[in-house]
Amino acid sequence: MQTEKDNKQAEFDFQAKIDKGDKIEPKDWMPERYRNQLVRMMSQHAHSEIVGMLPEGNWITRAPSLRRKAILLAKVQDEAGHGMYLYSAAETLGVDRTEMLKQLHTGKAKYSSIFNYPTLTWADIGAIGWLVDGAAIMNQTALAKGSYGPYSRAMVRICKEESFHNRQGYEIMCSLSFGTSEQKQMAQDAFNRWWWPAIMMLGPSDDNSPNSDELMRWKVKMESSDSIRRRFIDRTVPQAEFIGLTVPDPHMKFNKETGHYEHGPINWEEFFNVIKGNGPCNKERVKARNEADKNGRWVREAAEAYAEKHKKN
Amino acid sequence: MENQTALFQYCLRLADSNLILSHRLSEWCGHGPILEEDIALINIALDFIGHGTALLQYAALVEGKGRSEDDLAYMRNEREYRNALLVEQPNGDYAKTIARQFLFDTFQYHFYQALQNSKDETLAALAAKALKEITYHLRHSSQWVLRMGDGTDESHSRIQTAFDDLWMFTGDLFDMDTTDETLLKQGIAVDLAPVKEKWQTQVSEVLQQATLKIPDQTFMQGGSRDGRHTEHLGYLLAEMQYLPRTYPGAKW
Repeated sequence: MQTEKDNKQAEFDFQAKIDKGDKIEPKDWMPERYRNQLVRMMSQHAHSEIVGMLPEGNWITRAPSLRRKAILLAKVQDEAGHGMYLYSAAETLGVDRTEMLKQLHTGKAKYSSIFNYPTLTWADIGAIGWLVDGAAIMNQTALAKGSYGPYSRAMVRICKEESFHNRQGYEIMCSLSFGTSEQKQMAQDAFNRWWWPAIMMLGPSDDNSPNSDELMRWKVKMESSDSIRRRFIDRTVPQAEFIGLTVPDPHMKFNKETGHYEHGPINWEEFFNVIKGNGPCNKERVKARNEADKNGRWVREAAEAYAEKHKKN
Repeated sequence: MENQTALFQYCLRLADSNLILSHRLSEWCGHGPILEEDIALINIALDFIGHGTALLQYAALVEGKGRSEDDLAYMRNEREYRNALLVEQPNGDYAKTIARQFLFDTFQYHFYQALQNSKDETLAALAAKALKEITYHLRHSSQWVLRMGDGTDESHSRIQTAFDDLWMFTGDLFDMDTTDETLLKQGIAVDLAPVKEKWQTQVSEVLQQATLKIPDQTFMQGGSRDGRHTEHLGYLLAEMQYLPRTYPGAKW
């Protein structure tokens, strides 16, 4: 039986390992809070990939050229693959995919709030790749240095693909911005609608983010949300200027002394509202996932029944 | 019929079936019965769009009127499309999607086996390349036919209904017209009669193994060779083509 003293020693060794830069592997001892936090983060991340297929999938059938269609298909396939990869990584912590999906379907588990916004025009596909994947990469390259082995390795691989997604999104925005006046308008409109949600998806500001210290010490969280947000803005604003788009923030200005851009006030009320379920598409997204699950049940049952009948003795 | 026109029509026929079936499969995106199938369907849709694009590029080259593959995909009307009636049929439930896929994959498999020997080098090369992918597609859809047919009562009944409903569109795959005749003489086109025999044998074998009945309906719908489609194609094209048609001349 483990005594309290053993536990303390185990926790000490655990922290020492992390401080040294070693990875924690599935069979290693870990505090329950560490395990739970990772399951929460990884499943939330996996759900985001899967739910994210819906707003993007929305435009595959209407992609304006064969090349764009093929790229979008490949991108959405990547997202589905990331979802699968992340569910598997989360399973190493002792929770199975069925259970995680149940939590998504019942609304108990969250996914990135950004996917509760609709993709209204083709330019939204550009904006998602450029801004949403762009913001996600900022976060994920940091997470790739995290302490949990399976998650950090998943991140390394995912980041490679996300950077392709990011570039194709920006390329769509370039084509539109340098296209006809209608296309340029389409690009600016999408930029206006996706900018703030992308800024917010990186999480509440640091003074409003509980538990951060412990998570940083455990290298579960690698960088504060505000810091990631600053990197994202510093990188994105010049990209917008380069293609002639206007950042929809009248307060945005470059501070020569700090070398960083400074943004105007963020409407956190909107963010928390969307997280609570009041975004334009929350109900639709969860309903779509539930229906896919419900309509697919007989298919999964058929596969199981067939496998059972043809089991090799 | 002039050779060039025949070859152009022939390329369109092959390309369009790939394009339209890719469209149908991509409609499943995010709604599949299990994540692995979402990935599989997108992957197959991607293969189809890649192959369809290559064929349309070749068609554009053969036509020689300066049209691009996108012009051919996005600016032709319902009556100019030459895809098989089978592939434009709506997805329905997963059984219908799988039955449609299996019937078409089996056709493509045997058709492309023969097309590899075409005297047209481009078509032969495209066929050889596509065949590698088609072999996987056929394995995927055959396995699901078996699982559904020999799975539960519900899956058996659903997949049987799907085959019964789709059967009348399978004859159209094998119809031959003057395009075929013109190109057969030059060793470019594939004779569809032996392809049909192989298709029948393989479909019968798999259905039998899946404890399913070959539909007894013998009357077959035709029309795709003349661009006479079912009502479903118009909606599909309206959706697919709307952006380039709304903004003529725009580059994307």
